[in-house]
Parts: sequence; structure tokens; C-alpha cells
Amino acid sequence: MSENKSPKTLFDKIWKNHVIDNIDESNSLLYIDLHLVHEVTSPQAFEGLRLSKRNVRQPDKTFAVPDHNVPTVNRDKIEDELSKKQLKALEKNTKDFGVSYFPIDDIRQGIVHIIGPEQGLTQPGMTIVCGDSHTSTHGAFGALAFGIGTSEVEHVLATQTLLQKPAKNMRINLNGKTQKGVTAKDLILGLIGKIGTAGGTGHVIEYAGSAIKNLSMEGRMTICNMSIEAGARAGLIAPDETTFNYIKGRNFAPKEDWDQALKFWKSLPSDETAKYDNEEILEVNKLEPQVTWGTSPQDVCSIKGQVPNPENEKDLNKRQSIINSLEYMGLKPGTKLEDIKLDQVFIGSCTNSRIEDLREAANIVKGKSVKTKAMVVPGSGLVRQQAEEEGLDKIFKEAGFEWRESGCSMCLAMNADKLKPGERCASTSNRNFEGRQGKGGRTHLVSPIMAAAAAISGRLTDVREFI
Amino acid sequence: MEKFKKIVGIAAPFTRINVDTDLIIPAESLKTISRKGLGKDLFSYIRFNENGSQNNKFILNQPNYKNSKILVTGKNFGCGSSREHAVWALKDFGIKCLIGTEFADIFYNNCFKNGVLAIILDSKKVEKIIKIVSSSKNSELEIDLESQTVKTKQNEIINFDILPYLKRNLLEGVDDISKTLEKKKLIDEYEFDMKKKYPWLEKKNG
Repeated sequence: MSENKSPKTLFDKIWKNHVIDNIDESNSLLYIDLHLVHEVTSPQAFEGLRLSKRNVRQPDKTFAVPDHNVPTVNRDKIEDELSKKQLKALEKNTKDFGVSYFPIDDIRQGIVHIIGPEQGLTQPGMTIVCGDSHTSTHGAFGALAFGIGTSEVEHVLATQTLLQKPAKNMRINLNGKTQKGVTAKDLILGLIGKIGTAGGTGHVIEYAGSAIKNLSMEGRMTICNMSIEAGARAGLIAPDETTFNYIKGRNFAPKEDWDQALKFWKSLPSDETAKYDNEEILEVNKLEPQVTWGTSPQDVCSIKGQVPNPENEKDLNKRQSIINSLEYMGLKPGTKLEDIKLDQVFIGSCTNSRIEDLREAANIVKGKSVKTKAMVVPGSGLVRQQAEEEGLDKIFKEAGFEWRESGCSMCLAMNADKLKPGERCASTSNRNFEGRQGKGGRTHLVSPIMAAAAAISGRLTDVREFI
Repeated sequence: MEKFKKIVGIAAPFTRINVDTDLIIPAESLKTISRKGLGKDLFSYIRFNENGSQNNKFILNQPNYKNSKILVTGKNFGCGSSREHAVWALKDFGIKCLIGTEFADIFYNNCFKNGVLAIILDSKKVEKIIKIVSSSKNSELEIDLESQTVKTKQNEIINFDILPYLKRNLLEGVDDISKTLEKKKLIDEYEFDMKKKYPWLEKKNG
């Protein structure tokens, strides 16, 4: 049995633990431990179950929450009829099929990728799926977590399994110590700038190195969250004491069998001599706070940088892409990023709406006033409650921020929170795609503290001036 | 699922790189509980002008490419959001096949779950196809999955590779769920073992 003794990566171990059947070398039937569901990508899947008279195989391993469509103000009255219909459908579907559900008025409601970890549902070694690409967030716990389409949502509901092609292993070492003002968001943006939005295609990325080891769980979630923006199937970080301390005591965390779970979790990290199909290194010592200037997350550079000149790009497709981006963004080559004025600032999304994000942003904002329209959308009802207990809501409100209720909000503009055509926003979300925050809206991706600094100065700003 | 065997149709060259699924179908069009009728919103932010009129510069609005069945794409097509609505919208519009050097993983999976064939070729071949179909009199292609070939109007044949199970699924129009449910015994056994090995995963809210 030499195969069993060969060194394995964290991904290999989780994969092997979950294979029910190897159908052929490029297709395996994989067991799914946790299925998260939201209102936008699930109605057609539940409808499929009804039409074929099938049930949800494991309602107790399926958790649903409304997040994409929910208003972040005046929640008792949803005015958008289509949103209302989709939210009602989720409520009915979860009831009909006996699926666990956190309704809009429940304190536990929030963005699906915030509440999984918050409730202790997300644990090392698990397979986790959701009809949402940012499911990669949960990889921060050493769980194999990835986004799936609605047909696959239906497959998981009906069978608690998924047909999957094995991924390739990629390890990215983030070495060194970050400068002050440089956060997990800057690390992942800097990395995507280096490897590109297709750099991880077909791979599961394992993030390693001292800069990862030193991150909190919140920071690790931010990193894994944006793995999909590097094109990866999933992101992974080896579970360690930081992970275990975060999980302990949470609602769904192991209780009487904690020691047994812990022993298993400690066996998960990649073997020292495990082989990877690809490796990358990012030295973080000199990394500066990052800002995107274009319409893809790879269009990123230091806040001290300038809008690039397409003439300097030799690849014709890439040159055209820069020309399109700059036209859409209303930017001229050579403009200093720090000179770009803003209309709005958004602090929120599954990338950056956890308590640590809000604490750090509040710290920058304290005692100052905003020069743009600005809002904070906490990731969950519980994050919001915690922030209010710490007085963060007051700091934000006194500075002129709107303090909203939890949901995806202006990350993808499915609810009423959206940019108007031509409006420019510094946003802690994950995608600066054309129209992502509203048709014609212009997005600059930044960290929470960079967003806070931007709101105060009314333009893209180096947060280090405020520290 | 709908089968895919052979199609003959117009191929539109859409060479923009990193086309994300938000661009294919924006979030505001996702407020639906149906898989149908999304074709009208396909690429809506770039297909239509501010006032709702057609953007004549957009490839699928040009007279020769209005009824395209095939889209020849730029690198990393379908990146970003997992929304299957992107494939539903393409299919509803009439696109049954995509040709490109690279597709984002989730989008690629979603295509095959809906009977849409996504063909991956090296960049030289894709560039060649783009050159050919950019001339309106040569924009028709024949795609034959059985023989794994793309045939041009000038009867030039370009072969493509595809994973055997994806090919079989498309040719037979396989329903994945029915097939997996045939393995119920294996799933039952797996769950039984797992309960013993990882008992904490069975715990409910406590």
C-alpha cells in the first residue's frame, strides 16, 4: 500500500476522505458535509426536486439564509416585488423540505459565508459547497469549500454528493512581515495582481508562509474568499491553534467530542514532503496598500502608483482590455491613484464585514468626518450586535457613515444599495467588474482601513497617513 | 438534460478577455425563480445602450452574427460569480457551443450540466478560428462531438479533446442525479462509516 504512505497535501487528505466512488480518473463522487443555501441560486434547484419528486437527503447538513436580496434598511417592508418573490420562495422551500433556515428577522441572519464560520458550522477537514463562488472563504479553516452552479445545488440537495474532477495542488508561500497599514486584503489583491485572474484555474491554492501563519481567522477568510478572483477552485489554509481557538465554543462546534475532533484536525496539515503541481512565492515585506484601477481584480497596484498606460502593454488583447477598463472607469493614463476623487465608500461584503474589519475601520474613522456618501453593512446580525456593544456604530455614525443591517448589499447591487451610472466608489468587496455595484458604477477595491481613509479624505488615500 | 451531438451554425468572435459572468448576465436579472427567459438579458449592459436601443458595435447585434449558435471567446471566459444563469442566458439566446483557450472552472461545469459544449483549444487554433469566422461568408462552423471535430466552411477540420465522461454525458443527455441515486447503497455505507469515524459532524445545534 505504498500509495497510502506517500506524502499528501491538505487537499489530498480531504479529497481522499470524501471520495465515495472513483467513476473514472477525471470524475469522482464526493461526499458533501455541509451545504449552504441562499435565495438567488437555489429556487430552480428546489423546483427540480419537486418536479422529479425527490427529497433533500440530509436537511440537517443543509443551512439556508437570505442575503443577496435583503434590504439593509426598512427590512419589514420589502418593496422590490421580484426580490420579495425570491425571498418568499426560499422560506417556502426550506419549510417544505425541512432545511435549517435563518430568516431575515433572526439575529443569526447574515451573509452566508459570514454565518457558517460564525455559527461553528465551518470546521477543518470538511467538504463545504454553496451556490456561490465565494464559498472559498471557508477554506480558511482547512475545509475544502467551493462554489457550485444551481444544477449542482440540486444534485447535492438530492444526494448529499457531488461529481468532481480532482483539482491540482498549488502552494503559495507568503513570506515576511507586513508593513503597518497592510492587511490581508492587500496581500490577496497583491497576489492576484501577480498571478492574474486565471492564475489558479484548475487548482486548489494552499496559502502558507509566515504572513499567513500570523493572520487572524478574519484575515485568513479574506484571503481564501478571493481565491476565486485568482481563478482557483478553492483556497486552503492549514488549521492551527488560531483556527481551533476561533471554533471552540461556537454554536455548532464539537462539544463532548472536542478532543476527538481536535486530534483529527491536527492530522490534516500537508505532509512536509508533499508535492505540489505549482508553487508561487510572494514576499510581503515591501508590499504597500493596494487599490484596483480597472475592471478586473488583477488590475491592481500600490496606492502610490498611477493609472497604467495601455501603450506600454505589448500583448494586444491585454492592451485592448486596459483601454476598455480605463474608458469604463473614466480614468486617464498617468493619473496618480491618490488624486482620484470618490462619490461613495462601501464597507461590507463576505470579503470584509467581520468584526475585526469594522474595528480597524472604526479606529481610522474615530473623531473625523466623511467627505463622501459612506455606509457600513455588517456581515451578520451578530457582527452588528457585537459592533454596537463595542460602540463602533456610534463612531461610524458620528463620522457620517450610514449604519445598515446585514446582507450582501452593494457588493453586487441586487438590493436597493447600488451606484448610479458614473459614480465612483472605494469598496471593501471582491469584484470591480463592470456594473457589479450598479450599472455604470465604478469600483476601486480596497481594504477596510483604506476604505475608511478614503471616506475621510474624499479620494483614494494612503491609509498610512492616518496611522 | 438536452443532448448535444452535432450542430451547424454561425460562430461569433467575441475576443474580449476575462469576460465575467456579471457581464454575461447582471445581478439585477437574477431575481427569477425560473431557468427560462434569460436570453433577453444576455450581455445586457454591453448589448444595449443607455436608452435601451441596440448597441450596434456589439458582435451579437451585427447582422451576420444575430443568430449565432457558437461563441468564440477570449481567455478566461466565464470568470467570477458561479451563477448558472449565465449559461441559461446563453442557451436561451441560442448559443449551444463555446470555443476558447480557457474557461473558468465553475462556468465550464455549468455549461456541461445544461447541454452546452465548451471546447478548449490551444491559442493558435482559436486565433485561426477567430480569423476565419470574422469573415461573414465563412462564419458558419460545424461542430461534431462524436468525432470531436470543428469543420469550417472551407472543409478544414480542427480536432479537439474532451474528457470521456463529459462527452458521454452530452451525447446521451445524462441526468446526473438519477445516475448518482443508483449509487445509493455506496452513499449509505459512506455515511454509516462516517458517523463512527467523525461523530461530531452529526451533531445538531447544541
